[in-house]
Amino acid sequence: MSRTHISAVINGDETEFLTEDGTSLLNALRDEVGLTGAKEGCGTGDCGSCSVLIDDRVTCACLVFAPEADGATIVTVEGLATSGELHPLQQCFLEGAALQCGICTPGFLMAAKALLDRNPDPTETEIRYALAGNLCRCTGYDKIIRAVQEAAREIREK
Amino acid sequence: MAITEENPGYKWVGTRPIRPDGLEKVTGKARFGADLALPGMLHGKVVRSPHAHAQIVSIDTSAAEAMPGVKAVITGADFPDLAANGAHAGDIDVATNTIARDKVLYEGHVVAAVAAITREQAEAAAKAVEITYEVLPHVLTVDEAMADGAPLLHDGMITKGVDPAPEDPSNIASKILHERGDLDQGFGEADSVVEREFTTKPVHQGYIEPHAAVADANSDGRANLWCSSQGHFQMRAYTATVLGVSPGNIKVTAAEIGGGFGGKTVIYLEPLAVRLSQRAGRPVKLVMDRDEVFRATGPTSGTRIKVKMGATKDGKMTAAEVWMAYEAGAYAGSPVGAAGMTAIACYDIPNFVVEGYDVVCNKPRVAAYRAPGAPMAAFAVESVVDELARNLEIDPIDIRLANAAVEGTQASYGPKFPRIGFVETLEAIKDHPNYSEELGPNQGRGVSAGFWFNAGMMSSATVHINENGTATVVTGSPDIGGSRQSMALMAAEELGIPYESIKPVVADTETVGFNDVTGGSRVTLATGAAVVDACRLVVEDLRSRAAKTWDVELDQVEWVEGQAQHIDGAQPPLSLGDLAKKSGRTGGPISANASLNSRGVGAGFSTQLCDVEVDPETGVTRVIRYLTAQDAGRAISPDYVEGQMQGGVVQGIGWALNEEYIHDSDGVMENPSFLDYRIPVASDLPMIDCSIVEVPNPAHPYGVRGVGEVGIVPPMAAVGNAINDAVDVRMTELPMSPIKVLEAITDQSD
Repeated sequence: MSRTHISAVINGDETEFLTEDGTSLLNALRDEVGLTGAKEGCGTGDCGSCSVLIDDRVTCACLVFAPEADGATIVTVEGLATSGELHPLQQCFLEGAALQCGICTPGFLMAAKALLDRNPDPTETEIRYALAGNLCRCTGYDKIIRAVQEAAREIREK
Repeated sequence: MAITEENPGYKWVGTRPIRPDGLEKVTGKARFGADLALPGMLHGKVVRSPHAHAQIVSIDTSAAEAMPGVKAVITGADFPDLAANGAHAGDIDVATNTIARDKVLYEGHVVAAVAAITREQAEAAAKAVEITYEVLPHVLTVDEAMADGAPLLHDGMITKGVDPAPEDPSNIASKILHERGDLDQGFGEADSVVEREFTTKPVHQGYIEPHAAVADANSDGRANLWCSSQGHFQMRAYTATVLGVSPGNIKVTAAEIGGGFGGKTVIYLEPLAVRLSQRAGRPVKLVMDRDEVFRATGPTSGTRIKVKMGATKDGKMTAAEVWMAYEAGAYAGSPVGAAGMTAIACYDIPNFVVEGYDVVCNKPRVAAYRAPGAPMAAFAVESVVDELARNLEIDPIDIRLANAAVEGTQASYGPKFPRIGFVETLEAIKDHPNYSEELGPNQGRGVSAGFWFNAGMMSSATVHINENGTATVVTGSPDIGGSRQSMALMAAEELGIPYESIKPVVADTETVGFNDVTGGSRVTLATGAAVVDACRLVVEDLRSRAAKTWDVELDQVEWVEGQAQHIDGAQPPLSLGDLAKKSGRTGGPISANASLNSRGVGAGFSTQLCDVEVDPETGVTRVIRYLTAQDAGRAISPDYVEGQMQGGVVQGIGWALNEEYIHDSDGVMENPSFLDYRIPVASDLPMIDCSIVEVPNPAHPYGVRGVGEVGIVPPMAAVGNAINDAVDVRMTELPMSPIKVLEAITDQSD
C-alpha cells in the first residue's frame, strides 16, 4: 500500500509523516504524529472534540483528509501553551472549573482561541454561537462561557 | 466567628482551588480510553447485527481470516456458554449482551469481532465476516411488547413479582408494587383530581467519549486491560465472568473517563479485546464509533406512565395512583424499580398505589442514566402536581411545601426519612429573585421537584505520607467530574496540611482495595468517608509517634493544623514534615488503609424553576432563565457541585425538548449521530443559576449527601409546566419538540 508523505508545521515544529489517502487528519495526528490531545467524539464533524487550527481556522480534524494538511500550519491543544506558560483560556478554564470529564476541553479551547483571535470582546451570545459546534455533556456550558468571558477580559487587559 | 452548622470553620472543605488533574486536561496530556497505544498493538473492529431480532443460522469467518493483516476473528463460540454452565441469569445476560450466541435481540448486537494490523484492515475484515440470519418479528415499545400474542424475546421469561406466577412466558420480566392506605377513600376526600397519561422515548447518556478498551493478554491466562469506565473493579468482575476466568487474573487500569452518566458502569468491549488479544498474541485496541455507541450502548428506557392524583382545596394531597411500564431493551433490568420508589417520594401522601412493569423489547439493553428511572416518573407526577395547583389556584411552591417529605416522614418506598432538605430547596427557589422576575408575552414559568436516594456501597482508600510531609491519597474510584478534588480537600482538612500538598490518585485494581463503581452519586460520600477514615488512622499514628518522641502519654498529644502539639505546650510542636523525616526511627513508613461499606446515605432533593419562551407560530421552546436548588448536604467542592447541578439540568433540558431514539419499522435506529440525535449546544441555553442548599447528612463526617444525579430529575416537568404557563397546553409526550408543541397549540385553538 503506498503512503503519501506530508510536511506540515505542527505546533511550531516542521513535521513530516506518512499517511494513507483516506486517513483523516485526526487519525494521522493521533496515530502517526503522536498528538492525542484532539479527541474523536463522533468522526462526523458534529461534536467538535477534534477541533484544531489549520492556517488559523478552527476545523474538525476528523473532516479533513490527512494529505490536505500538506504545507499547512496546524495548532493543536498541545501547542496552546507557549514556553511552559498556559494560554489565558487554559488558565481561566482551570480557575473557573470549566471542565468536568475533560474530553471536550481541547476542542473548546481551540474553538475559543479562534473566536478570541478574531473578536477579542465577544458578547455572551457571540461566545455561545461560536462554541455551538462543540458539544459538552457534563457542564451545561455555564462555566465554559464564563471562562471564555474571563479569558477575553484578561487578554484585552494585557 | 462561632463554629455552627452554617459556618463549620473548615479551612479547605468548601473552597474552590484548581482541580488536581486540571493541568493535564487543558494541555491535552490526559490519557483517555482511546489515547493509549502499546508496541505491536492491533486494531479491532466489532461486527454487529443489522436486524432487530433474528436467529443466527451460521457464521463463516474464513474469508475474514484470510484477509491481509488479520490476526484474530472471534464469535460467541469463543466464549464459555454460561447458560450451559448453570450460571446466574444476570451473568448470562451480561455475557450474551457482550456477544450473541444463537440469537440477536437488537440492531447493533455484537456477533463477531476481528483484530488486524491496521484500522482499515480490521474494518475490511469485519465486513467480510459472513453471517446468515433468519429474521424474526420484533417489538420496539412497551405497548408492542405487552400486547397479546407479541413475539417473545426470551422463551423462558416468566414475570417475577406476580403471585401466583403466570404459566406462560411474556416480555414482562417483573412487576413492582408499592401501596398504602385506601385509594377510594383518598380520591373521595379530594376537591380536585387530575388524571393524565405520559410517554417518553429512550434517550442516551450522550457522553462525548465513545467506549474504548486496550487489552494485552498473556498465554497463561493473565491479562492487562486499560479502559474508560466508571468502575474498573466492576469491569474486572464482568470481564472475568464472561471469559470464565478468575478476576485476579485480570489487572484493570482506569483511563481518564470522558463522561459516563451511568452508561459506563457496564461492559461492552472489554472481554472482546481480551479474547482477541489472547487469540492474536498481541495487544488489541477496540474503540467504538459514535453510531455504535448509539445503536448498542445505554440508553435509558422509553416509558408509558399513567398518573392520577387528588388534593383538597387547601392543597393537601389525598391519593396517588401511578402505573408505569419501562422498556428494558433486550434483557430484563429497566430502572422501573427505582422509578416506583422515587415517583412520589417527595410527598407525604396517605393513600397510594404505585405499580410498575419491566418490559423487554428489541432495542439495546438499557444502562443506568443519572438517577436511573426517576426522571420519567417525575415528569409525569410533577406535571400532575402542577395541574392540581392550577386547578386549586395554589402557588406551585406552596402546594409542594404543604405535602413535602420531612425528617420522620414515612417514605413512599418504606423507611422513615432521616434529616433531609427538600423544604429548604423549595424555600430557596421561592426566595430567589428569579421567582418574581417579570415574564413577557409567550413566556411562562414552571416549577418541578425531584428525589434521588444516593448510594453508599463499598470503597477503599490508602493514605501515604511522603518523606517531606506531603501526602498521596489513593482510591479506586474513577474521577468523572472532579472527585479527586473533593478527596484532596477532605484529606487536607483532616491532616491539616495544604490542599496543594496532597496528590489524589486513582489506582489500578492491584494497587488499592476494592471500590464499587463511580455511580449513585456515591464517591464523595463513600470513597470520601474511606479517605477520612484513612487520614484519621494516619493522624492517630502521628500522635502516637509524637508521644513516643516526647515520652508522654498519647492523650497528652493533640493534632492541630498539621502538627502534633503537647496539650500543655510542654514540647515544641512536631509538624507532619518533622514526623515524616523521622519516620524511620519511630516505626517506619507512615501510611494507612481504610475500607468500608458506607455507613449511611443521605437522600438528595432538587427543586427547579424554569422560564421559557414559546414561539406560537413554530412551536419552538427556548429556555430563557433557569434556577436549580439542590441539597448537597455539604458542598466539599462547590465548583464541582455546581457543575453536577448544571450538567444534570442541561441533560434534562435536552431530554425535555430534543432528544429521542427514532427507529424505523424494521427496528433500525434512524438517528445514530450527534447531528440527528441533538443534545443541547451552548447557543440553546441561558446560564444555569445554582442555589446550593446544605442540610448536612448526619451519617457522613462532613455531611455529604452526593450530588451527581438528582439534578436531572425535575427538568422535564419544569420545562413542560413552563410551556403550559406560557401557551396553556399540557404536554404529555417527550420530547416536547416544536412539532408537538405546535400541534398542541393548534388543537387547543380549534
